[in-house]
Amino acid sequence: MTPRWRTRLLVGLALAVVAAAIYFPILRRRVQRAARLQQQSEEQARRELTLTLPANPGQPRVKTKLFWASSTEDGVLVPTTVDLPLSDDPVLRAKQVLNTLLAGPVDTELRTLPPDAALLEFYLLPDGTAIADFSEALATSTPSGIQSEQLAVDSIARTLEADVPQVRRMRILIHGQEMETLAGHLDLMGTFVVNMNPALAPTSRPSATSAPAADKASAEPGKLTPGTAPGKLAQPGHKP
Amino acid sequence: MLLDVQFSLRNGIFVIGGLLSFVLAGAALKSSSQALAQTQPVAATQAPVSQSAPAQPATVPPVAGQTQRGGLSVVVLDPAHGGTDPGARGTGGVRESDLVLEFSDPVRRALEAQGLRVRQTRQGNDDPSLDDRSTMANAQRGTVFVTLHVSSTGLPGTVRVYTMTDFPPMTDTTGMLAWDRAQAPFLELSRKLGDLVQGQLSQRFKGSPGTAQTAAVRQLRTTAAPAIAVEVSSVTVDDRAALERMAPGVADAIARGIAAFRPIYEASPVVGALP
Repeated sequence: MTPRWRTRLLVGLALAVVAAAIYFPILRRRVQRAARLQQQSEEQARRELTLTLPANPGQPRVKTKLFWASSTEDGVLVPTTVDLPLSDDPVLRAKQVLNTLLAGPVDTELRTLPPDAALLEFYLLPDGTAIADFSEALATSTPSGIQSEQLAVDSIARTLEADVPQVRRMRILIHGQEMETLAGHLDLMGTFVVNMNPALAPTSRPSATSAPAADKASAEPGKLTPGTAPGKLAQPGHKP
Repeated sequence: MLLDVQFSLRNGIFVIGGLLSFVLAGAALKSSSQALAQTQPVAATQAPVSQSAPAQPATVPPVAGQTQRGGLSVVVLDPAHGGTDPGARGTGGVRESDLVLEFSDPVRRALEAQGLRVRQTRQGNDDPSLDDRSTMANAQRGTVFVTLHVSSTGLPGTVRVYTMTDFPPMTDTTGMLAWDRAQAPFLELSRKLGDLVQGQLSQRFKGSPGTAQTAAVRQLRTTAAPAIAVEVSSVTVDDRAALERMAPGVADAIARGIAAFRPIYEASPVVGALP
């Protein structure tokens, strides 16, 4: 290679380096902006949903039961009754009660769900199966353990049972996806029994789900009652 | 002169080519960063699909109308988590995956002292899949399955036993037991075993419940044998030694509970048929 060619090669490389040096900071800013936008949209979704809460001023206030951890007995859920202007529409109603449940009790030690978790969407199928889609924080911030994960799911199921009679069963999704477990232990691939009271059951439901008698048989222990196990969700820092 | 023009032309092409490659690389980087948001959920979707993949072909052959032959001889002991999955973690650096492995030694010795053979799902810091762990129990008869856990919550110094919650009614009529509901025919036996072990534990660890509880534990669902989860509270203790001191008591309770369960198991009809 002649010296002249070498010079040209070096000039070419130098130009390329200069171009890259100019372009990379721009690229980095774009990547950061994209990440910020994604974060914002999640936060926005959460805010939009929580904003629907007080949006029923015309509705009469009804006694709403929310299940949080007991302050006296470890690992047990107790209902707290609050007056909320709940919607008559089961989906809106479920969103309202679950958002209030997620907002947590006055005593934050008695939370059953992580403070950063949000309900992203809630669907109710004609057969009474609810699909509750939560943000990833429900999986990443719930303390890992059979007891803590059971308490989290049970507080959701029992709150829906008490306040939204149309819900019979529940599936939990995390950010729209099926997850194998909540935080390493509790099975999220199955359906949780919420309410099997036939008097409250919707009239039109597909026969594929099963006969009412069989439903009833599976209802009692499937309710995920935590029994008298000790412990509460007070250590959001102790998770994997 | 002609040579010079040729040179500058080539040089120009070279420089443009160099710049173009940088721009292309940059564009590729940009598009990959934009796709990041989509990539993560996709990866999350694939995980459960691959986990449930064996659900379709893998089945447990049913056997009905026989009594237990050979009796209860093997305990599959499962120290949960491991490898890249530490399980519950305490602020003091206590990791569930390490502790359960430590607990498994005294539990193994106590079970062997009862004349039982013990097979462990992991010996070191590895992480077999949940299905692989279940497979160890599903592959043979005369087996019970015990999965060991340490919780993030609960009154420190207490121990709880869990059995699987009820399954929704069966709609499949193929006569084969589906992998993903392998525990269904064993629920009654599991609950008897759970109560026996929990009874032993409540005598040793004050504040523990008197009877076993039910929870939808993923590991138990695919296990075709009497199966319990034993969860010790908790990784939040400041001193790891406090948990280590519980190991002999936990081991003794599990071994005595299983020993008491042996005649119940042996008197029961062979399970494996559809419920």
